[in-house]
Amino acid sequence: MAQLIGVVRESTPGETRVAATPTTVRQLAALGYRVAVETDAGALSSFTDEAFAEAGADIAAKSSVWRSDVVLTVNPPSTEEIALLPPGAVLVSLISPALSPDLLAALAQRPITVLAMGAVPRISRAQSLDVLSSMANIAGYRAVIEAANVFGRFFTGQVTAAGKVPPAKVLVAGAGVAGLAAIGAAGSLGAVVRATDPRPEVADQVRSLGAEFLAVEVAEQQQSADGYAQATSADYDRRAAEIYAEQAAEVDIVITTALIPGRPAPKLLTPEDVASMRAGSVIVDMAAAQGGNVAGSVAGQVVRTANGVSIIGYTDLAGRLPAQASQLYGTNLVNLLKLLTPAKDGTLTLDWDDVVQRAITVVREGQLTWPPPPVAVSATPAAAASPAPAAAAASAKQPLSPGRRYAIVGLIAVALFLLTAFAPDQLIDNFTVFVLAIVVGYYVIGHVHHALHTPLMSVTNAISGIIVVGALLQIGHGNTTITVLSFVAILLASINIFGGFAVTRRMLSMFSKG
Amino acid sequence: MTASTAAQAAYIVAALLFIVSLAGLSKHETSRTGVVYGITGMTIALVATVVLASRSIAAGGLALLLVAMAIGATIGLWRARRVEMTGMPELIAMLHSFVGLAAVLVGWDGYYDVEAKGAAQTAVASDLLRIHHAEVFIGVFIGAVTFTGSIVAYGKLSARIKSAPLMLPGKNVLNVGALLAFVGLTAAFVAHPSLGLLIAVTALALALGWHLVASIGGGDMPVVVSMLNSYSGWAAAASGFLLDNNLLIVTGALVGSSGAYLSYIMCQAMNRSFLSVIAGGFGAVAPAGSETDYGEHHEITAPEAAKLLSTASSVIITPGYGMAVAQAQFPVAELTARLRERGVQVRFGIHPVAGRLPGHMNVLLAEARVPYDIVLEMDEINDDFASTTVVLVIGANDTVNPAALEDPGSPIAGMPVLRVWEAEHVIVFKRSMAAGYAGVQNPLFYRDNTQMLFGDAKERVQDILHAL
Repeated sequence: MAQLIGVVRESTPGETRVAATPTTVRQLAALGYRVAVETDAGALSSFTDEAFAEAGADIAAKSSVWRSDVVLTVNPPSTEEIALLPPGAVLVSLISPALSPDLLAALAQRPITVLAMGAVPRISRAQSLDVLSSMANIAGYRAVIEAANVFGRFFTGQVTAAGKVPPAKVLVAGAGVAGLAAIGAAGSLGAVVRATDPRPEVADQVRSLGAEFLAVEVAEQQQSADGYAQATSADYDRRAAEIYAEQAAEVDIVITTALIPGRPAPKLLTPEDVASMRAGSVIVDMAAAQGGNVAGSVAGQVVRTANGVSIIGYTDLAGRLPAQASQLYGTNLVNLLKLLTPAKDGTLTLDWDDVVQRAITVVREGQLTWPPPPVAVSATPAAAASPAPAAAAASAKQPLSPGRRYAIVGLIAVALFLLTAFAPDQLIDNFTVFVLAIVVGYYVIGHVHHALHTPLMSVTNAISGIIVVGALLQIGHGNTTITVLSFVAILLASINIFGGFAVTRRMLSMFSKG
Repeated sequence: MTASTAAQAAYIVAALLFIVSLAGLSKHETSRTGVVYGITGMTIALVATVVLASRSIAAGGLALLLVAMAIGATIGLWRARRVEMTGMPELIAMLHSFVGLAAVLVGWDGYYDVEAKGAAQTAVASDLLRIHHAEVFIGVFIGAVTFTGSIVAYGKLSARIKSAPLMLPGKNVLNVGALLAFVGLTAAFVAHPSLGLLIAVTALALALGWHLVASIGGGDMPVVVSMLNSYSGWAAAASGFLLDNNLLIVTGALVGSSGAYLSYIMCQAMNRSFLSVIAGGFGAVAPAGSETDYGEHHEITAPEAAKLLSTASSVIITPGYGMAVAQAQFPVAELTARLRERGVQVRFGIHPVAGRLPGHMNVLLAEARVPYDIVLEMDEINDDFASTTVVLVIGANDTVNPAALEDPGSPIAGMPVLRVWEAEHVIVFKRSMAAGYAGVQNPLFYRDNTQMLFGDAKERVQDILHAL
């Protein structure tokens, strides 16, 4: 029996997203599920009930949707909603388990299973489920749009009849997913973009988007084992603070994205930095919900400072692109259900040995299963741990020392000398020709163009058909056996000669210059 | 001037023409004249030999000789005209086996002409007799190894034989043992020539040739084919010693040393030890790495790929054996032409061991009329990937595997590869997610900038052409 997936209307105030779109409903149905969507679930993200119904979903009332076998939500459920879930139900929601212990406790009161999309491990295999990345991507883009909306100038530089317009300068602090999205968006609007990040390995990613990477040069280098940034050292912070102070005075727009999981957001811009900015400048503090990266930012609001700087502290940046955010979130959920429905039979099965499924399951049939055992991500330590075979290979490939080379050449010369010195005259003649021909062959072939290897080979093939000469000289001397054998040999070698030359000509006639 | 000195003079001219021919083949511009020199040389040599032979044999013998040549020529020309360019490796392997077999037959003839007659023979002076014994033996041995080796290579290339390396227990011992047995048999034959010993050495060499090539994996076939090319040369040279014919010696040595050098270049391209390849060593390297989590691959559709290509500023195509299998060179050439019309810079990056024959890809692309000046070697193009918008990997796998550079534990570690992953986008044409010839998983397919286009390469390229 196919299980029923319920898609609820979000009850959190201000939430515009929905956990499924008509497109993803079709994909869920393809996995064998039946889908029920709550009335008006997609109203705020421009997905009508009719569109959902057309995609094959049943439109149902709140009470029946929450009684589905699998319930998909964006926000964590309220206490009343938790009570609606039937025993054995699976709830999939954007929960950050580390930040909400009370919620987990409440969920674990009920005999249900809870999958937290905020706990997807950052390993490549789980990328298609990584809601935080897809939301951060949208938020980074939207941060630039919000800034552009408030900023009273062009982003791109222009030379017009009415005078020259300098391009806007944008500083992006933190080059994670959101930061990179912001860099890309600001860059494509024409701004000059700079970015900072404590992890030096992201410099290339920043440059690949056309931005300048401002490296904080201290001895310490951060290497992240779980894919997220970590807290920085005092040395680093001092140097970084200098960079922010310099940049604040120069740039028009600052977008800060610095977040450390499970901790308050680090303070990057001091009140003095903000005060040094020009009037009309804009700061978007994407970490406002976690306390903010910027002195004076207020979560959910736009603050205007005394010197005319706007500090945007919206916490719902992703939700401000509701249709896009719903589509990406919905697709992340479809990818999750693909993983959970290996048989595509509409029955959800949890594989406890799969690190991804283990990591996101925070409550399993009423048992609290958070936190999961750690999953390491970064490939760098593994590579560093195995220098031994590389070193061994290197030593094996050392060229021969000159001494040994001379010895080998000498040995060959002596062997050749002895062989020839004791041979009869006729053999000496043959041998001379043989040795010299080898050397000629080596040098003649030395500069052959790679593309001509095949024609070369078929020509040498044809030439080695010269063995026919041997057979020609042996045939027809009265001995039947010899004649028969020679006949066959001549036949075979002739195939070689004629076939080899003909095929070479055919090949070479194809090579043409453009 | 006697007939004999005239023939010798003709041989010298022919030998020189062969050298000039090989030298001409080293460049595109001179390659066609090179072949003409080769054909001229061959004609001179054949005419001289036939004239020389006709003086000492009866008319019946001469007729037989001409009939044999006519039949051989017909078959050869027919095969050469009909062969598909994708079937070149098989044809060349087959031709090698003919040289090998001819060398065996010439050796046996030598035996019947001299040794079988015992004390009654007059062809060879008595002080040279023992050398003649050894020459018969060596010629038969090399010829027979070439013969069966080429047959097995042919079978593997045409998929009539499983391409996986044969792993007999103690295969190195078998090889070395066969060589020692050969030395022993030679000593015995030199002392007391007998038909039994000759049969024994022929059988031994046939078995050795079969085993040598059977224990080499299909991925190493480019090296094997050029190695067999070299063997066929040595076989001809050995016959030259046997018959005291300098033309045979010169030609054999030319082919032998050039083939060996070519194999050596190929081995360097694969960062493989020459000896370990010809002794069938590659398959024995450590088992494929542990179960690594490579993550998930991304798929792309042909219309999406077409869109990506039409907006690209530069495109590099890296073909592999898969392109040959799918016969995709013609649509690929058309795609190239269409993109170039739109002002997209299109180039080809060819790995030295792409395909199953040295230079295989070049021949296929030439067949489809891709101009050769946009077909570049690995070293010429490897630094340009970083500034390339889209790389199309068509049927290549091991030659674009980043594990060769990044994973010291990988069986192909250290092999120079095309660094396609440095490009902005990589589109991989592949039938499925199966591993390449070397049996090594390819982390390229799981990279974020890599997208997989599954299906038959030819059909997919045609789909892209429609979508353009």
